[in-house]
Amino acid sequence: MPAVSKGDGMRGLAVFISDIRNCKSKEAEIKRINKELANIRSKFKGDKALDGYSKKKYVCKLLFIFLLGHDIDFGHMEAVNLLSSNRYTEKQIGYLFISVLVNSNSELIRLINNAIKNDLASRNPTFMGLALHCIANVGSREMAEAFAGEIPKILVAGDTMDSVKQSAALCLLRLYRTSPDLVPMGDWTSRVVHLLNDQHLGVVTAATSLITTLAQKNPEEFKTSVSLAVSRLSRIVTSASTDLQDYTYYFVPAPWLSVKLLRLLQCYPPPEDPAVRGRLTECLETILNKAQEPPKSKKVQHSNAKNAVLFEAISLIIHHDSEPNLLVRACNQLGQFLQHRETNLRYLALESMCTLASSEFSHEAVKTHIETVINALKTERDVSVRQRAVDLLYAMCDRSNAQQIVAEMLSYLETADYSIREEIVLKVAILAEKYAVDYTWYVDTILNLIRIAGDYVSEEVWYRVIQIVINRDDVQGYAAKTVFEALQAPACHENLVKVGGYILGEFGNLIAGDPRSSPLIQFNLLHSKFHLCSVPTRALLLSTYIKFVNLFPEVKTTIQDVLRSDSQLKNADVELQQRAVEYLRLSTVASTDILATVLEEMPPFPERESSILAKLKKKKGPNTVTDLEEAKRERSADVNGGPEPAPASAASTPSPSADLLGLGAAPPAPSGPPPSSGGLLVDVFSDSPSAVAPLAPGSEDNFARFVCKNNGVLFENQLLQIGLKSEFRQNLGRMFIFYGNKTSTQFLNFTPTLICSDDLQTNLSLQTKPVDPTVDGGAQVQQIVNIECVCDFTEAPVLNIQFRYGGTFQNVSVKLPITLNKFFQPTEMASQDFFQRWKQLSSPQQEVQNIFKAKHPMDTEITKAKIIGFGSALLEDVDPNPANFVGAGIIHTKTTQIGCLLRLEPNLQAQMYRLTLRTSKETVSQRLCELLSEQF
Amino acid sequence: MQFMLLFSRQGKLRLQKWYVSLSDREKKKITREIVQTVLARKPKMCSFLEWRDLKIVYKRYATLYFCCAIEDQENELITLEIIHRYVELLDKYFGSVCELDIIFNFEKAYFILDEFLLGGEVQETSKKNILKAIEQADLLQEISYSTSLLC
Repeated sequence: MPAVSKGDGMRGLAVFISDIRNCKSKEAEIKRINKELANIRSKFKGDKALDGYSKKKYVCKLLFIFLLGHDIDFGHMEAVNLLSSNRYTEKQIGYLFISVLVNSNSELIRLINNAIKNDLASRNPTFMGLALHCIANVGSREMAEAFAGEIPKILVAGDTMDSVKQSAALCLLRLYRTSPDLVPMGDWTSRVVHLLNDQHLGVVTAATSLITTLAQKNPEEFKTSVSLAVSRLSRIVTSASTDLQDYTYYFVPAPWLSVKLLRLLQCYPPPEDPAVRGRLTECLETILNKAQEPPKSKKVQHSNAKNAVLFEAISLIIHHDSEPNLLVRACNQLGQFLQHRETNLRYLALESMCTLASSEFSHEAVKTHIETVINALKTERDVSVRQRAVDLLYAMCDRSNAQQIVAEMLSYLETADYSIREEIVLKVAILAEKYAVDYTWYVDTILNLIRIAGDYVSEEVWYRVIQIVINRDDVQGYAAKTVFEALQAPACHENLVKVGGYILGEFGNLIAGDPRSSPLIQFNLLHSKFHLCSVPTRALLLSTYIKFVNLFPEVKTTIQDVLRSDSQLKNADVELQQRAVEYLRLSTVASTDILATVLEEMPPFPERESSILAKLKKKKGPNTVTDLEEAKRERSADVNGGPEPAPASAASTPSPSADLLGLGAAPPAPSGPPPSSGGLLVDVFSDSPSAVAPLAPGSEDNFARFVCKNNGVLFENQLLQIGLKSEFRQNLGRMFIFYGNKTSTQFLNFTPTLICSDDLQTNLSLQTKPVDPTVDGGAQVQQIVNIECVCDFTEAPVLNIQFRYGGTFQNVSVKLPITLNKFFQPTEMASQDFFQRWKQLSSPQQEVQNIFKAKHPMDTEITKAKIIGFGSALLEDVDPNPANFVGAGIIHTKTTQIGCLLRLEPNLQAQMYRLTLRTSKETVSQRLCELLSEQF
Repeated sequence: MQFMLLFSRQGKLRLQKWYVSLSDREKKKITREIVQTVLARKPKMCSFLEWRDLKIVYKRYATLYFCCAIEDQENELITLEIIHRYVELLDKYFGSVCELDIIFNFEKAYFILDEFLLGGEVQETSKKNILKAIEQADLLQEISYSTSLLC
């Protein structure tokens, strides 16, 4: 075995490392390092030219210092020099330094790329390997620009060594991940697919990863990989454990490759060819059968490798979701794992079963394991496993077991880890609502939630219970009675006071007949909690009191006395003081009729998606929950009979004041309650605007300016400036919104909200966090919006900003320039290809044309810049008429990619343009044409 | 795989390999968070945990923790065996490897890793093939130095 000291034992390095290890304190270490840095610096700067060995040694020391966590700001040049050394060992250290410490110093990148180019051309497989490793490790855009064209050639060349092929495949994969637009598809792709047949299993292993990633984005082009992958997999799973020699790992044949092949197959639906499909089913059955065989070794590596393949096979079975027989077998297998002594397997079984629960074939089979899962919730010692159990219970819940599951979750909540309480609260609230047959059960459950975990019950949860009680008159009396009883507890959570206050204010009359809950007793009960509550709750209670004045004339004077007391009328809080004054005045001057009209019972809320569901999605990320919810909805729809909440969609910015009762996502319906900062029932006197302001003047023009650019000032008035910086890649984007306070006074309650219509929400997912509600004078705050284009869309989100400046309320709305063309990736193509595709897209739905008058001077260069800014490639020498412009690109959405071609024909005499868009999707052609027509 | 970290029971980082581009600051922050989280876990707990939107797969060998961050759809168990195979490779190369070998020969640990994993994916799983590549490199070193002595 080559011992460590062999070859290049760098003594100086070893001594230095020992010194560092002997340092008794952090200070001593820093001192020693600084000494060494000074030494190296002087050596590098010295007059004497360093020999390769010393250079290598010093570069290695720098690397060590960097890896200890210290900053290194020199030595890059010396490392680059090492790259061009002929000595393997020096070159190797040079590459290692570059790989670990690369920075985008453009001068250096050029030199590095040069060295790499030489090594790639050297035809020395060891040097080529080093160069490819370096590209794969750094993976920068500059490197992609330099090498993305070259590497596919190396990969498929007949005379390339196997080890170089392996590196080239994964190197290309890394470049494709960083800069997919720079990796050209071409003839090489079909040859890469055939690497699945290669004799060398290492080559197949590397190539499978590359093919999987490419196939995810270009499924059509890599379709032939399915049958090849199936036959390869079949050969592996049926081989004897010794057949594959060194590729057998603890008696499991090629586990890594098997997992990768099964992953590749998950990019596609079940194979259409019955022969291939049959062969795949056989493979999957063999893998399931093997799980039942006695282990060939007691080592954990054996069972891990075997089960890794098994879990991946189960993932594929779930992905196909077409073979009931396999699904049920998978479920039974996972059921066995649920009780396995290995924690890892229990964890994975819970996780995997969660996805099985959403398949209609296996949902019932999953349900049979309910007792085991509940037991896991109670007995697992590891919180991450318990978390999985909660997720699974949530996934397997339906009307038949909802009561049991909700009860178990509630009892778990009493001892649950703090980190997961809020999520459990949300889940309980959602299940209780969704599967409530009897709404008294729902009310009890939510009140229990507040009792057990009041601190974790977010606004959304108690808003929702109020929405439901108001919309269902069969439960109102019960709700009033229950909250009244719950409020009797000497110490109750403030959230209970809020719910209680609201419900009694609306429906207290339903229980007032009982002398034990007469109006005065109700009032005294609520008022006994008043002084312990925070300002928003007190504000809510004041509204309850004025509602009582209407409901129960007999307590009017008592309430007026309370409103009149100094602690209300002279309260330091403006909001409370104002309410006290106005409510007192209202109760004095208004006639009974007017009072009855103003303080009428709340009208029913419009049916909409549950605000808590939106919140859960936000917590878990939009995708993870949606699928499950979709499946849940389909399943429950027939059982429920009643209408389900509106289709799931991601939530816009949450903010406790703007999003009251989940209305923030849409302009409030006229029947809805006016949202306000305090969570009030009646808000007629508050100056808080109830609705989102109309779009600011000039918003449309500003919006259009951003279609072809990403940065700039979106809005400005005397108080506020809004700047944007955004970047987009494929179907993802990120926007930085900068809010600048132009005044010297603080903005208070500063609340920006993103508003999307229901349609837009399904197609465009926006995620953001609330910003700090105070913006100091002259300060700027930043908000990041993460954007995902799920499907093509037409509308734009609206950014609404509300804040208090001095004594006045400000409300501004602007259209946020997130437009479909932002998800454009340019595509270069030759004239012939262009016209061939142009012809293919000739059906009337695919083409949209617009003829319009030029709004700006017709300048060729500006037009070109705009087309490029729009996101498409500008193709030169394609159109026979050089005055015309043609462009091509691909719109990336999460669900599909849409190829787009465009042609713009200016007519100088008439000062007109004709714009033609051809894409494979009508709505996309339409929208792109609209957007681009506005630009010229 | 997005990155791999090796650290000691005292929380000292021994090796870091990043397969995604991040700033040094971000790397340090992630490292701190993960080291803390993993060290806080008790021995019998499961080897996987959710962290941000990634999954952490880790295993302890003697004084060292090996820790990989993978994406949601990646396979946890096979990642656990990636760790084990890497340990086997180090063990075979150094001859019953210990933490000190990795400290003093960190560059070798990187070279071996690069032969095994590239761009976050398994490149070669055969122990023989990987060690052959490294041995060849060692051999090249000797040749180049012995020739340099002659000159």
